[in-house]
Amino acid sequence: MIEFTLWDILRNLLLAARWTVLLSLVSFIGGGAVGLGLLFLRISKRRSLRALAKYYIELFQGTPLLMQLFIAFFGLGLFGIDVPAWLAAGLALILWTAAFLAEIWRGCVEAVGKGQWEASASLGMGRLQQMRYVILPQALKVAVPPTVGFSVQVVKGTALTSIIGFVELSKAGTVVTNATFQPFTVYGLVALIYFALCWPLSKSSQILERKLNVAHRNH
Amino acid sequence: MSYHFEFSWLLQYYPQIVKGIVITIELISIGGVLGILLGTFCAWVRALGPAWLKPVVAAYVELIRNTPFLIQLFFIFFGLPSLGLQLSELTAANLAMIVNLGAYSCEIIRAGIQATPKGQFEAGASLAMTPFETFRHVVLVPSLQRIWPALSSQVVIVMLGSSVVSQIAAEDLTFAANFIQSRTFRAFEAYIVSTAIYLALAILLRQLLAVAGGFIFPRRLV
Repeated sequence: MIEFTLWDILRNLLLAARWTVLLSLVSFIGGGAVGLGLLFLRISKRRSLRALAKYYIELFQGTPLLMQLFIAFFGLGLFGIDVPAWLAAGLALILWTAAFLAEIWRGCVEAVGKGQWEASASLGMGRLQQMRYVILPQALKVAVPPTVGFSVQVVKGTALTSIIGFVELSKAGTVVTNATFQPFTVYGLVALIYFALCWPLSKSSQILERKLNVAHRNH
Repeated sequence: MSYHFEFSWLLQYYPQIVKGIVITIELISIGGVLGILLGTFCAWVRALGPAWLKPVVAAYVELIRNTPFLIQLFFIFFGLPSLGLQLSELTAANLAMIVNLGAYSCEIIRAGIQATPKGQFEAGASLAMTPFETFRHVVLVPSLQRIWPALSSQVVIVMLGSSVVSQIAAEDLTFAANFIQSRTFRAFEAYIVSTAIYLALAILLRQLLAVAGGFIFPRRLV
């Protein structure tokens, strides 16, 4: 039997962690773009558009991410579309992230005082101009800490893509365990790598929150 | 390209689906109650507890909140046996859920405790209550009431996250969906139906917690 050193294990896990990072970035950026679109629907003047966005968000927040991954991976395959694991993983994570970000950002937009809408409307601004010049710059300030905080959920969410066969950190953990028979060490290391990815994000979210709160108090 | 939906396949597998639903409900019932208890204890430690215990609980909370539930589950189920601690699938699943919810609810409940006005603690002390008695009889219930909506959301999130326990062969709803999928190759139907059941369970659980909140906290906060 081949002996595996701790370094062998760690090196392989770190190599796989690149895919976790890449998938997280893709999901977060893609989810942010879709989420911004959803946000506009969610606060639009048309009731039907608002309802559409609301149902989308409730659907994606009210069902397990794992099920969304399964439907994207196995379900689409049945239509004759060949879905590789990375595509299903990216697609499902983007749609899932979008739902949460849209809801977080809606809260931030609503935190901007009603007077701001009225004032900008009284200047003859259109809806898009109001958003662009008045509402979003103010909402952005409130939105940064929870958005950074949510990125931790995205990184952790990518772990589920191992179940549909995308080889990232979690999948590598399983594969390495099967080769080394050291589940305690391997999963311990996997957890530490996730921690190393997520903890700085959590911490910076907390620090940003404190900083922006202080800025608020000085006004 | 065309696909014909055929949900009748699922009918013959309804015992598996029902069993899956029951196990998912069992998991969240046990995990929910014990997780919130653990979270309450940890919140007490972090806000008011002995100084030596604080860093231990802080480390636990940070570690759990910054690692995926799947890895926590694998660590408990596959990793702990090498320490001589062999757990059944369901016990491991429950333990993982309790540990996970414990960390998240700790932070939520702590926020509730810290939002309690200082006068409440002073009032308790003036009645010659010990700090723990003040916490238990004066502070705890209004604190929970304050954060009940956030806590409810977290319980729903943990319920949805429990779909992962099928990966260690705990026979929950997702396990049933996978089982049917592997027998019938009707992936779309199996997953759509189980997703719909999860959605219904999530809505139901949310309502149930809202109603329970009304019973547990009959008095309005002032």
